[in-house]
Amino acid sequence: MTAKILIIAEHAGGRLNQSTARCLACASQISPGAGADVLVAGSQCGAVAAEAAALAGVAEVLVIDRAENSAPVAAVLAPQIAALATAYDYVLGPSTTFGKDLMPRVAALLRVGQVSDLMSVEGPRRFTRPVYAGNAIQSVEVPEGTRVIATVRTASFRPVAAGAAAPIRGVQVGAALPTHTRFIELRSGGGGERPDLQTARLVISGGRGVGSEANFRILYQLAGKMGAAVGASRAAVDAGFVPNDMQVGQTGKIIAPELYMAFGISGAIQHLTGIKDAGLIVAVNKDPEAPIFQIADIGLVGDLFQVIPELEKRIG
Amino acid sequence: MAVDVGGLSPYDWGPTIRAACFGCGKSMKKIMVCLKRVVDYNVRVRVKADGTGVVTDGVKMSINPFDEIALEEALRIRERGGAAEVVVVTIGPADCQQQLRTGLAMGADRAILVEHGTELEPLAVAGLLLKLVEKEHPDLVIVGKQAIDDDCNQTGQMLAALWDRPQATFASKLEVDGDRIRVTREVDAGLEVIEADLPAVVTTDLRLNEPRYVKLPDIMKAKKKPLEILAAGSLGAALEPSLRTTGYAPPPERQKGAMVADVDALVGALRDKGFLG
Ligand SMILES: Cc1cc2nc3c(=O)[nH]c(=O)nc-3n(C[C@H](O)[C@H](O)[C@H](O)COP(=O)(O)OP(=O)(O)OC[C@H]3O[C@@H](n4cnc5c(N)ncnc54)[C@H](O)[C@@H]3O)c2cc1C
Repeated sequence: MTAKILIIAEHAGGRLNQSTARCLACASQISPGAGADVLVAGSQCGAVAAEAAALAGVAEVLVIDRAENSAPVAAVLAPQIAALATAYDYVLGPSTTFGKDLMPRVAALLRVGQVSDLMSVEGPRRFTRPVYAGNAIQSVEVPEGTRVIATVRTASFRPVAAGAAAPIRGVQVGAALPTHTRFIELRSGGGGERPDLQTARLVISGGRGVGSEANFRILYQLAGKMGAAVGASRAAVDAGFVPNDMQVGQTGKIIAPELYMAFGISGAIQHLTGIKDAGLIVAVNKDPEAPIFQIADIGLVGDLFQVIPELEKRIG
Repeated sequence: MAVDVGGLSPYDWGPTIRAACFGCGKSMKKIMVCLKRVVDYNVRVRVKADGTGVVTDGVKMSINPFDEIALEEALRIRERGGAAEVVVVTIGPADCQQQLRTGLAMGADRAILVEHGTELEPLAVAGLLLKLVEKEHPDLVIVGKQAIDDDCNQTGQMLAALWDRPQATFASKLEVDGDRIRVTREVDAGLEVIEADLPAVVTTDLRLNEPRYVKLPDIMKAKKKPLEILAAGSLGAALEPSLRTTGYAPPPERQKGAMVADVDALVGALRDKGFLG
């Protein structure tokens, strides 16, 4: 019997988030060749459903299109997902703030535990996940007969390709939806036209050493020249240099760019856990003893205010 | 860094003044805050040689940093007259009394330990918390968004689901307005604002506040505050795990790379690797 897998699509502004394609990659390892269903819960989300249907490994796209789903409110989405979930052996969502908020609520409605931040598939029911800010890797097994609910650590899986054409089907669920939780607004961060931090190939990141919001401009300029996204340490966010959505680390974004360049970041374990899967890590720090040099592939001891303009000139 | 808020402890104000809500005419009776005892965040955690767990013998234990933020927020609400009582609860072995005493020293009014000797999954913890909620009837439950040991990020959401009440996760701002809350949440796309009816569950992010330092006289006072102990088995919640942990391993280490002398060498290295076109 092949395992039935349901993936909860993440989307915003009429676009599918890349985390869905990464969850599909995870599903294909759990049950190679079987295909997974993708649930798009939204309002007027036809374009999102079409994007999902194009992804490799999708068996069918299920759509719940209703006004209540216009914003991703976990208390509203969870009962709908739980109602569908009874037909599945696995329900996977991304380990993004969307999935972290939603999936435990689904799991609790189904009275089953959740595997958070699933980072590798060791067998159909055996997985690993990071604990203690990535200082240890836990192996967990979900016993036969227990439904698997998991959030997928997106940085651990490469997105599947597009180009397929799975069927799309509208579904209705009878679940009663609460009105006790209401979406008011989303204030988006400072990313602007820059590439998205979670999916960018190149990331330039600044820490407390950058010193101020104004000084971050030199990082934005360099990033602009290189086509890179910009990230930050918690210290830089706390100090108000940059908005919260730029934080990388244990409690921020976990990313896996091909190149990560850290300027004025000391390399605390909570930061490093967010960049462990980066292809190449470059660190520029004026302190030769900074812990980030212990894990950097290329280190340069120097003042970032001299290094960045010089770099920009050389690239330019 | 935590700051010393100094001044008059709300404890000296007496319950009547504390219960008055300035501005809204209505105040909560009770806020419940859940604390977890975890390995202190400054400890460099190591996996045991036999892979059965991480080394915790002789290691400093503390309140999970996110839970400390949860308690700080509850205390601030009480101090500005928005709640009459703050109750701290934890689930775990007898040693957890230390963290509850710290919570009392920070300013909580009373504490409840649900004693249980072995590790519980978040769903079981949420089930036990639901039993406490049914006993205590808090207007608001505040918990950390994740514990820095298992990094699960589940308990608050699961409690909200079992309780059939709103959840506002990853809060960086919490405003109480009569029987509603307005919460600013840190999400991947920026900041999301939601509104929820009380009672509700809020989970805290790092930027909600900076917890206060505990002062010595408060530690003495905390010894006299009530700390109730209940046996986990007596509450009638399901404690069986859904998952089986089969082992722990150290993470794959990244190799220390090479140092370069100057920007020229850095640019050269980046070009060699195919970056910079
Ligand atoms: C529960 C918890 C969760 C956390 N989660 C996260 C997280 O998700 N992400 C995160 O990043 N942190 C997180 N932290 C915080 C983490 O522990 C560190 O405090 C933080 O990462 C430090 O940021 P930083 O490296 O920018 O600052 P610092 O540690 O202060 O380092 C600044 C560095 O800049 C260098 N520098 C200064 N001036 C210059 C210059 N002109 N040129 C070059 N170098 C310079 C200094 O030598 C220093 O190494 C968390 C902490 C806790 C307790």
